[in-house]
Amino acid sequence: MLTKRIIPCLDVKDNRVVKGVNFLNLRDAGDPVELGKKYSDEGADELVFLDITATLRSNKTIVDLVEKVAANVFIPFTVGGGITKADEIGILLRSGADKCSINTAAVKNPDILRESAERFGSQCVVLAIDARRTPNTTGKWHVTVKAGSEPTDIDAIEWAQQAEQLGAGEILLTSMDADGTQAGYDIELTRAVAEAVNIPVIASGGAGTLESLTEVLDAGKADAVLAASIFHYGTYTIRETKEFLQQHNVPVRPV
Amino acid sequence: MLVIIDYGVGNVRSVTNAFRYIGSDITVSCDPEIIQKAHGLILPGVGASGYAMEKVAPIAEVIKQETLSGKPLLGICVGYQLLFDESHEMGTHQCLGLIGGKVVPIPTDMDLTIPHMGWNYVKFADSMSLFDTLGDGKHFAFANSYYAQVNDPDAKVATTEYGITLTGAVEKGNIYGTQFHPEKSSNDGLQVLKNFVSICREELTC
Repeated sequence: MLTKRIIPCLDVKDNRVVKGVNFLNLRDAGDPVELGKKYSDEGADELVFLDITATLRSNKTIVDLVEKVAANVFIPFTVGGGITKADEIGILLRSGADKCSINTAAVKNPDILRESAERFGSQCVVLAIDARRTPNTTGKWHVTVKAGSEPTDIDAIEWAQQAEQLGAGEILLTSMDADGTQAGYDIELTRAVAEAVNIPVIASGGAGTLESLTEVLDAGKADAVLAASIFHYGTYTIRETKEFLQQHNVPVRPV
Repeated sequence: MLVIIDYGVGNVRSVTNAFRYIGSDITVSCDPEIIQKAHGLILPGVGASGYAMEKVAPIAEVIKQETLSGKPLLGICVGYQLLFDESHEMGTHQCLGLIGGKVVPIPTDMDLTIPHMGWNYVKFADSMSLFDTLGDGKHFAFANSYYAQVNDPDAKVATTEYGITLTGAVEKGNIYGTQFHPEKSSNDGLQVLKNFVSICREELTC
């Protein structure tokens, strides 16, 4: 049986892991190479590295850092942040990434998903969606770009479906309303997207209590959960998280 | 010396990182002379198998010759899918034909997400050398939309459940293959690679 995945996320800025609330008020959370190795050794199921300054394409230092993190990570490793062309995915894959996440560039030019999937395979093309609840409506979310700073009029669920058609192999879905708040994932959003597509959905934004992880994997129908603060600041270890999920009948890979 | 065959399909970096981490003497190459000198071969690969077969075609004969003369070969993911007779991913493609069987899509009518992405339990067949010291089965990291239907009386098959029973890994004499990514399957995956290195070493001293 396929297990649900627990994925720590390294938000990286100036070669350090940082974490903020709703992408603001950043605080230091450690060294990406050390943290990556730690999570890989402790039994995390995957690792995500996001360059929050979105300079992957132009910044050799970041690519070198990806290489250093990858050298010690023996679980699937996703890298994203400012990718604008399929060629850049080629560079990151050669640096040790297994998958790449694309966000703003795909909104501007959806064809990048098709081209990347054709060249490198759908399994390494992750579409990242930063979704925000559309004011004064229920059950509607719109896509935001540029790290959540710029709203669009694109419907998040329709966008997820379109991305699947174009060849995305996975969706990394962040609730901008919940991100960094530790108040729980947006269950309604996650479920709506997971039910609308056949590719895996990673829920992100709002991880707080272990109950909130259970809820989004169960009621939210997510295939995986992404979390940052709760792991970086030691609220829970990967082992504690998995043991809790197991006790609540969520299938996980034992540590 | 082991050779990771780099035929230009996806990244060989993760595989190289893992072999280096376990202290193995690894060379990355697609030069036929180096492939001939190797004590063991690793055929990685991601993406579509038809495209991969096209790219591997110029060195297909040397890979087959070396393997049929007894050199250990480990195929990983799409590299593993190339070991079979043919693949039905986007058309029909002849593959290396080292193991009887064909690569077909995972059925999409089972209300399961495709790709089959993440960690699944793999149950080993009896006495598979690739899984030495790992017990009856372990979890490994998968990322596949196609799987191999093995049709070869000489092959031992490890299985995984995803709506139907899928082939997780195969072993036939000196030919080994894993649908999952051992290089991305934490300690148990690294043990699989260590086992392959031991197999190559034994072959050398025989």
